[in-house]
Amino acid sequence: MGLLMGLAILLGLFLIVQIIRIFELTSKLKEDDQSKVSWKANRSRALSWPLFVVGLFALFIWVVLRWGPHVLPESASLHGESIDFLFNLNWIIIIIAFVITHIVLAVFTSMYFARPGSRAQFITHNNKLEMVWTVVPAAVLAVIIIYGLKTWGEYNGEVAEDAINIELYAKQFDWTARYSGADEQLGKANFNFINTENPLGIVTATTIQIRIDELNAQIAELNEERANVPKDGLKEEEILAAIHHKESQLAKIHAFRRNNELTQNAGNDDKLVKVEFHIPVGRQVNFQMRSQDVIHSAFMPHFRAQMNCVPGMLTRMRFIPTITTAEMRTKTGNPEFNYILLCNKICGAAHYNMQMDIVVDTPEDYEKWLAEQVTFSSKLSAALGITETDNKLAQNNQ
Amino acid sequence: MSSTAHASDHHHETFISKYLFSQDHKMIGKQFLVTGMFMASIGMLMSTLFRIQIAWPGEGFAIVNFFLGDKWAPDGVMDPNMYLALGTIHGTIMVFFLLTAGLSGTFANLLIPLQIGARDMASGFMNMLSYWFFAASSVIMLASLFVESGPAAAGWTVYPPLSALPQAMPGSGLGMTLWLVSMTLFIASSMIGGLNYIVTIVNLRTKGMSMTRLPLTVWALLVTAILGLLSFPVLLSAALLLLFDRSFGTSFYLSDIFIAGEALDYSGGSPILFEHLFWFLGHPEVYIILLPALGISSEVIATNSRKPIFGYKAMIGSILAIAFLSFIVWGHHMFLTGMDPFLGSVFTFTTLLIAIPSAVKVFNYLTTMYKANIRFTPAMMFSVGMVSTFISGGLTGIILADAALDITVHDTYFVVAHFHIVMGFSAVNAMFAGVYHWFPKMYGRMMNQKLGILHFWVTFISGYGVFFPMHFLGLAGVPRRYYTNSEFPLFDSFIDMNVLMTVFAIIAFFGQFIFFFNFFYSMRRGPKAPQNPWDSNTLEWTTPVEHIHGNWPGDLPVVHRWPYDYSKPGKPQDFVPQTVPLEEGEVDGEH
Repeated sequence: MGLLMGLAILLGLFLIVQIIRIFELTSKLKEDDQSKVSWKANRSRALSWPLFVVGLFALFIWVVLRWGPHVLPESASLHGESIDFLFNLNWIIIIIAFVITHIVLAVFTSMYFARPGSRAQFITHNNKLEMVWTVVPAAVLAVIIIYGLKTWGEYNGEVAEDAINIELYAKQFDWTARYSGADEQLGKANFNFINTENPLGIVTATTIQIRIDELNAQIAELNEERANVPKDGLKEEEILAAIHHKESQLAKIHAFRRNNELTQNAGNDDKLVKVEFHIPVGRQVNFQMRSQDVIHSAFMPHFRAQMNCVPGMLTRMRFIPTITTAEMRTKTGNPEFNYILLCNKICGAAHYNMQMDIVVDTPEDYEKWLAEQVTFSSKLSAALGITETDNKLAQNNQ
Repeated sequence: MSSTAHASDHHHETFISKYLFSQDHKMIGKQFLVTGMFMASIGMLMSTLFRIQIAWPGEGFAIVNFFLGDKWAPDGVMDPNMYLALGTIHGTIMVFFLLTAGLSGTFANLLIPLQIGARDMASGFMNMLSYWFFAASSVIMLASLFVESGPAAAGWTVYPPLSALPQAMPGSGLGMTLWLVSMTLFIASSMIGGLNYIVTIVNLRTKGMSMTRLPLTVWALLVTAILGLLSFPVLLSAALLLLFDRSFGTSFYLSDIFIAGEALDYSGGSPILFEHLFWFLGHPEVYIILLPALGISSEVIATNSRKPIFGYKAMIGSILAIAFLSFIVWGHHMFLTGMDPFLGSVFTFTTLLIAIPSAVKVFNYLTTMYKANIRFTPAMMFSVGMVSTFISGGLTGIILADAALDITVHDTYFVVAHFHIVMGFSAVNAMFAGVYHWFPKMYGRMMNQKLGILHFWVTFISGYGVFFPMHFLGLAGVPRRYYTNSEFPLFDSFIDMNVLMTVFAIIAFFGQFIFFFNFFYSMRRGPKAPQNPWDSNTLEWTTPVEHIHGNWPGDLPVVHRWPYDYSKPGKPQDFVPQTVPLEEGEVDGEH
């Protein structure tokens, strides 16, 4: 790196020297005709093009050798293998086109520069040639399109019967993964139910009641406050607006309860995890994504999988992991290797650090891990227990 | 209109009517250019600052503190919100203020009347309005840099809810409101300008200037104006609806949001609607930037190759094809928004089709140089540079167009590398080519060639130095718009690459001083320009070097041939201006 920095500084110095030299020349030769190019200057400018093209190819090879080994390792999902194949196919085509066109560019610029007595040939068009270079790209593109659409179809394939349902819930700036419990069904969730104990807004009979009580208490508090402020003032208006807001939320919650009587308790046995989530190898994982606030994007580069998380909308994606974390650690020779989930849609100040680790387990390890996780309802009652004690303490203090 | 009236107008001008509220298309073109250059230098400075942050995250730099102050860069370490804001405003300035208004505004105004043989634009007054709307929008955009909560920071695409809710990030407060106001004025400017360009080209062509005798610059500018006219209103509506959501409590884009400890009342809207509206402009916008660049390069390459542009009609055809296709590909920005996978397939198909006319253009440029007699002026160097960047950047588009491949590289540095090369770098190359080529027409003086060549190589090499390695960051899965990549051990192997790219960005930044010096020095002190310095065929070189209202002192020129009769057999010189009548039995145009 020091070498590079040194080179950069040298280049900078060289630049300054050149500018000064040229400036001096310019002031001396003000009357020089700047519309003509002397043939010697023209030749050196022309010959600089093949040099540049060689340099560009060298840069390409150097970057491939230097950083190529650090790009994403082989795909760790089933559909990802097709994506990698398609990538390689595209690369072959792209590199061939890149190299050929640049060689042509280098050859033409270095061969056909103006020199004393030379004249260009008057060529306006050539239908045959033009037909060829329209049809050939079209044919190549047809291949890419067909393979591309096939691969895209694979990525958007059907949900398998034995799929595991996981919800990825995004908010500024972290992720929560939610697993369906024994009922293999993710409980309903709604943003109106979100509070400290229920960060995902899962709807169960208990959480409905908690929110109703909470809102009623808040409304009562606001009404009290209202009594203490002057009538028809700005402050009162503010409080009234807040009351109105809470009441409309309450109405929504009541409506929600009426409409979802039957599915109310599916969320009780859901399991919520943060920081790291596990999936088993060889079995389809069916993700649903939600967002609490702004658009996020769940990006799992190693699985060639990505889907936006959009507030007010459910999005889905699924894949079958093929390589466990342990296997990938051996393959990459990196004992600390971890699959990651990262946020890939600008979402605010800490966007750069909204991540979660993914662990691909053998099916046995996965079941074991999942069994160790606590269900939502037991977490909730634990949290409520604490809250109740807190309340009692607070009352005692008064 | 008599020519003498125009000539006498010339003498009665005050400073204000000549330099400020000018209705002369040549002056307005120069106003656009200088304003665009000013905005671009700010956009470039911003990119240099955030490149410093990416290369050396967490390290303090006095220079960063100097520009951003203690609030946004305490101890010289940039605040993450400011990092996002700089990226946002850099993108907005470069895409809209430099490469839309700066590029189209400059060359459409300067070249359309001159190259079609008109005395001025159809409406000089509207043309002036177009500039002043642009100037006002520039001032507001710059003013937004100084508001307390910082400028807009939700990315130049300003997706709601992030851009709609001040609770989501400080930049979505007053800064975002100013962004929207500025863009509204900007769109008004583009629309007024665009309408004027179209009307002028359609109605004011001089005698003999049929559509198939138009220089490709004018064709490109015409199609660009049509694109703008059809797509900018959609962005305007997107911006207005966003303004409503922000200020008047509507829910066009917002629904089911819980933020800052509160459930918001918005319901029923969809952020995806905004994305559709935005990209319905956003994708044609890419070609609003690129087509003038291609037009300029066509003209410069043909003139300096001393050869007709190869496949003139195919070039026009490919401009039209690109323009048409650009309206049905916007969904490729949204493959991963949860839209129907079938739609993804459709957009993959239409997007990949664009590769065909683009390939045709590249092959035509290359073939134009075959058996040519090339004069490597600075303009020609930049144009050949544009051919190279258009190839390098365009090819990676094949990957991004493919929905299946986009899954892995979407919103990573691969995208940043791709569009900076194919759109930014190419258009900037062509814009420089245009400035070097038409500087004598604008200021009556010549720019220094040697400085031009030096400027070219510094810009070109450092541009590739920044954006070529960047593809590999994307292939490693590094997302764009990350304040630092140091939170992921996975990305640690790319620390030195980021340093390398930043060093090149800094060199590129300083390299532009060569241009600025050359530009302003030559404007006053450059050698006087001959009437037709590049031995060109087009009409602008038949006007006097000193600018006059009405462009031609006598009658308007009459056009007898297409603009590409370079090195025609049997002619004494290697160029035949469009005003020279055809000889008996001489065939005009492609044959």
